[in-house]
Amino acid sequence: MQISTDAKLFEDLEAVLGDRARSGDFELGLYGKDGSVLQGKPAIVCLPLDTEEVRQIVSICRAHDRPFLARGSGTGLAGGAVPVGDPVIIATAKMNKILEVDLDDRIAWVEPGVLNLDLSKELSPLGFHFAPDPSSQQVCSIGGNVANNSGGPHCLAYGVTSAHVVAIEVVLPDGNLALLGDLTAEPRGYDLRGLFVGSEGTMGVATKVAVRLTPNPPAVRTLLLDFADVRDGAATVSAIIAAGLIPAALEMMDKRAIEIVEAFVNAGYPTEADAVLLVELDGLPGGVEHGVDVVRTVAARHEVGNIRVAADNAERELLWKGRKNAFGAVARIKPDYYLHDTVVPRGKLVEVLEKVYNIADAYDLIAVNVFHAGDGNLHPILAYDSNEPGVLERVHAAGRAIVTASIEAGGVLSGEHGIGLEKRDYMGMLFSAHDMATQDLIREAFDPQGFANPLKVLPSGSRCSDSFHQHVPEGAWV
Amino acid sequence: MGVSPEEQVSPELSEFASQVGRSGPVTVVGGRTQWEVGGLPDSEAREIFAPSGVWSHEPEEMTVRCGAGTSLLELSEQLAKHRQMVPLDMDPKATVGGVLAVGRSGIRRLRYGHVRDLVLQIRHVDHEGKLVTSGGPTVKNVSGYDLCRLLVGSLGKFGCIGEVILRCLPVPETTRWLSGTDDPFEVYSKLYRPSSILWNGEQVWVCLEGVASDVDAEASLLGFEEVDGPPVLPVGRRISIQPKSLKELVVNDTNWVAEIGVGIVHSDTAETDWQVPEPSRSLMLDLEHRLDPTGRLNPGRQVVEG
Repeated sequence: MQISTDAKLFEDLEAVLGDRARSGDFELGLYGKDGSVLQGKPAIVCLPLDTEEVRQIVSICRAHDRPFLARGSGTGLAGGAVPVGDPVIIATAKMNKILEVDLDDRIAWVEPGVLNLDLSKELSPLGFHFAPDPSSQQVCSIGGNVANNSGGPHCLAYGVTSAHVVAIEVVLPDGNLALLGDLTAEPRGYDLRGLFVGSEGTMGVATKVAVRLTPNPPAVRTLLLDFADVRDGAATVSAIIAAGLIPAALEMMDKRAIEIVEAFVNAGYPTEADAVLLVELDGLPGGVEHGVDVVRTVAARHEVGNIRVAADNAERELLWKGRKNAFGAVARIKPDYYLHDTVVPRGKLVEVLEKVYNIADAYDLIAVNVFHAGDGNLHPILAYDSNEPGVLERVHAAGRAIVTASIEAGGVLSGEHGIGLEKRDYMGMLFSAHDMATQDLIREAFDPQGFANPLKVLPSGSRCSDSFHQHVPEGAWV
Repeated sequence: MGVSPEEQVSPELSEFASQVGRSGPVTVVGGRTQWEVGGLPDSEAREIFAPSGVWSHEPEEMTVRCGAGTSLLELSEQLAKHRQMVPLDMDPKATVGGVLAVGRSGIRRLRYGHVRDLVLQIRHVDHEGKLVTSGGPTVKNVSGYDLCRLLVGSLGKFGCIGEVILRCLPVPETTRWLSGTDDPFEVYSKLYRPSSILWNGEQVWVCLEGVASDVDAEASLLGFEEVDGPPVLPVGRRISIQPKSLKELVVNDTNWVAEIGVGIVHSDTAETDWQVPEPSRSLMLDLEHRLDPTGRLNPGRQVVEG
């Protein structure tokens, strides 16, 4: 892979940004990776403070015929923020102000670098929060949430990021500034806002985001249900939904996940169980208590063991701490892990879970499952040790087999992590060549030459406009 | 490898694709309930009809797949068998495809969100008569660009919607409409996620939904009187503003009903015309040109001023 530091380009960027334009292998190593197992090589990183600086960076890049890549906190799991095609990285970490909270319109204008949980913490005393809550919410940014149309456990009831973003100020790939959507009920024209959310940085750089504020629920109940057989747990998930109840969250953990999480956080998870469900109900008190009754009744029909209801907020937070730290806890069994993200119909959870275990066995890997069962969103974790020779080939082969099994069960490629680099060559499993060509035609309206986050989302075969490199470079898979 | 998308195409959908064909102006006819939105189609455009029928409803998945020509009445009757709904809240004679193509929400948007957030997958026929699938069948999906949201509100200018998969919701145990004369903005701040608050400058209507004990408790905060349902909404004009701008609406001779917290005003007075600002306008026109170079899909209708 050719790395050009291009002295003149850097000089121009430095003239605008001073020491917030950076280059040099040692310092930039961090920017070559995201939360995936992919690795790129960053040449230049910019840390703009405001919209105008982003505009100038994009214009300078265009003048030098160089692509660019907007980066939030780098917690993405599909390689969306991994630099390929030698882009200038526009890191939004310093654009981290909450600009305005408007309780009359129930929106907040924020800069893209604001962290998800920081926003909800700021809103909490006012009685509101930002509903999408990815597991990485302590560190992931709103800009990243917009790029990936992020989800989280509570999206089951509240919907994913797209339903919570009202308007976005975007520096388009040609350097122009556009407002996509607005604060009115039905903005005129086509819904470019909805198209931009989830476009993984390939349609421009978000510089301000108007997010919807969700009122905090007056009542919350969190339950932990254990099952001696994972199949009963999964059947309970479907039966709860079929009973007409949509919990705020409905999460599942398998036996191995329970064991490692319990050893890590001591939340009192039942280590003898084959699976647990973490169910949260929120809203007005009557509906919440009704929900608790429905969950109890349904679970009783499916051989539930113990049902633990969090007595107070501290216990509730402890139960969630287990769930939200599950990925980190995997380090107790292996130093590295590869986290997958597919969605299957709820009714196929058991079938696909069994396939995941069989696939892991076949490739001599350890599978741990912690996932958003309520919306069928699987997150199989393949734990491994990267020092083992040849292990990555096995991890990737197993990953592909898991995606295939999910699609065969009537599922999709990704529920909330996005396509990025990791899954772009799998797009053909779900979409026809013509579907992808249509998607590319739309992307091209924003970026005919492919300057914005090149080589992501669509496989190279479907695009007519990859000006930079046609294929994922050798060595990108680490 | 998964099942290839081509294998799942129903004969009705193939037939619709051939109706759209490859040339000549066509216009898709739904229930004609919002026929004038965006202007009438050119008179020479050939009228075509999207397939109709609820093709699968899976209560456990809370999803429904249907032809875009399915009426809301048929859809709601099918879903009601399992106490589920898709809260589109439009004229029962309207078609699912029509409601999505127009992209206007019903009066319970305050609680259930915009219609576009209920769409999981759309199959449309493009200007070449070819089928395009966007989104996916599951309740959560970020695979590829979100063309579904672009198609909602597109008045068929990007393609003719043939089949959709929608997300269903449980029918609430209790639905009550109440009415009184309090300040509607105070009413909004008192309630937790009401389904609708309507205001005509004097009278307020509130829709509360959920389990009976919650609905009763919320109702007791208001001291309103029980009514049969929402008021008759003025037709003719629909104005979209910021929710807080509703505070500046004044009572005058005109007849209007505003959706508090949403920003829609149903009125019988003329709306003020305004254009989509640049550069979004140019982008939108470029998208139109890319997706329908000869302008054969629903000609005459306008989403953005040319």
